[in-house]
Amino acid sequence: MQLAKELLSGNRLALSRLLTQVENDTPEGRSALIEIFPHTGKAHIIGVTGGPGTGKSTLVNQLGLCFRKHKNPKVAIVAVDPSSPFTGGAVLGDRVRMRDLAGDEGIFIRSMASRGSLGGLARATAGLVQVFDAAGFEIILIETVGAGQAEVDVARLAHTTLVVEAPGLGDEIQANKAGLMEIADILVVNKADRPGVENTLKALKSALELAHPVRHVFQHHGQVEVVEAPDQAEESSWIPPILKTIATDGSGVSELIVEIYRHKENMRESGDWAARERSRLGSELDAMLQEALVFGFREKIPASHYEHVLDKIIQRKLAPRDAVKTLLNGGSK
Amino acid sequence: MNERKIRVLVAKPGLDGHDRGAKVVARALRDAGMEVIYTGLRQTPEMIAEAALQEDVDVVGLSILSGAHMALVPRILELLKANGLENVKVFIGGIIPDEDLPRLKEMGVSGIYGPGTSTEEIIKQVRESVKN
Ligand SMILES: Nc1nc2c(ncn2[C@@H]2O[C@H](COP(=O)(O)OP(=O)(O)O)[C@@H](O)[C@H]2O)c(=O)[nH]1
Ligand SMILES: [Mg+2]
Repeated sequence: MQLAKELLSGNRLALSRLLTQVENDTPEGRSALIEIFPHTGKAHIIGVTGGPGTGKSTLVNQLGLCFRKHKNPKVAIVAVDPSSPFTGGAVLGDRVRMRDLAGDEGIFIRSMASRGSLGGLARATAGLVQVFDAAGFEIILIETVGAGQAEVDVARLAHTTLVVEAPGLGDEIQANKAGLMEIADILVVNKADRPGVENTLKALKSALELAHPVRHVFQHHGQVEVVEAPDQAEESSWIPPILKTIATDGSGVSELIVEIYRHKENMRESGDWAARERSRLGSELDAMLQEALVFGFREKIPASHYEHVLDKIIQRKLAPRDAVKTLLNGGSK
Repeated sequence: MNERKIRVLVAKPGLDGHDRGAKVVARALRDAGMEVIYTGLRQTPEMIAEAALQEDVDVVGLSILSGAHMALVPRILELLKANGLENVKVFIGGIIPDEDLPRLKEMGVSGIYGPGTSTEEIIKQVRESVKN
């Protein structure tokens, strides 16, 4: 309780301690999330994802600097790195690239280990974002693990998702493989100082056309025929722009920020902002409901009964779906 | 509910050039199941105290080879305290002359390790220090 109050009054140590409580899912963390919830919903949440070594951390460093210069918002950064599946430990190294942000009270960087989650974020990342949101951080940047697999969780959490690519990381565009193209609101070709940028740009453009089919207008016997792209009829008109940056010196970053603000405006006007909010909070509600129902149910039935049913499944005497029915009916077939 | 992981900030204050030793220790702590926030070379005392606050670490590990420990360490301890982090344990690895050891301990440094120290020893002492 205490931490939540101090957080709302701007105490940075309380903020940090509360982030730990939420990350560890402690009773104090849980009740604080309830208390601060009315103060959330104001931040612009920006995800930064892409393959390993594309320059995500370096870019986040530049974005932090540039946001602060632009309109002076408070900026929080959540940087997620993988935990070792063997020991559960982690080396979190994203701060190494963010040293320019040291000494600015308006910036708060928190490193996080994935702790077994596979979608590019940790289980508690959404909770940390809520804490920052309640603490008055207007911009929240989330750097995903960046292991190259489909890190689509970030798109559910963020309002604006940046997918970062870089030239020279193999022939095929990584984002294309990992299915990242569908989640990109803005595509960034970083390391634009490196050879091969034009190829990467070209490949991204064609991948983008596959992922976001645009309306095709055909002239057919003098009549105009409009073919709606599948499932896009009601979607917004936003076509992800492709931008070039050099994160090591900041080139292209202020243009990137302009696009980020433009995306926010576009979402507000099209109603996408509200729609994303609804679907995000809806899935959060569903997840919690499921957890609570399962937990409540398991508490009501004797463990021995559950084990007995599980034994039957293992012996192939009962299919899992039938077992669920048996358990829900209170029977002990 | 998740277990509480031990969080360690590994930093290299001062101007001397390499961080091989710091990286070896960081990996060893990771392999012991800890979460290590690695901050890299040329960290000022202000940067270290700020990072320790933001990351809510239990332990700060400093690698100091430059001989500037008697200037750097008191300053870092002072800044940690100013940030409300007097409970954070501070460990030092590097080349520290014997005659400086008592004063560093007196200031509140929890452990000091020369180049030959085994990582097992460091892990053991880090674990013990956060228990109490
Ligand atoms: N040449 C060049 N190198 C870059 C650029 N951006 C980042 N790098 C380097 O790429 C490496 C990986 O960067 P990092 O930000 O850690 O990538 P991450 O793994 O995606 O977070 C580092 O050595 C950076 O200095 C860039 O625009 N140009
Ligand atoms: Mg990174």
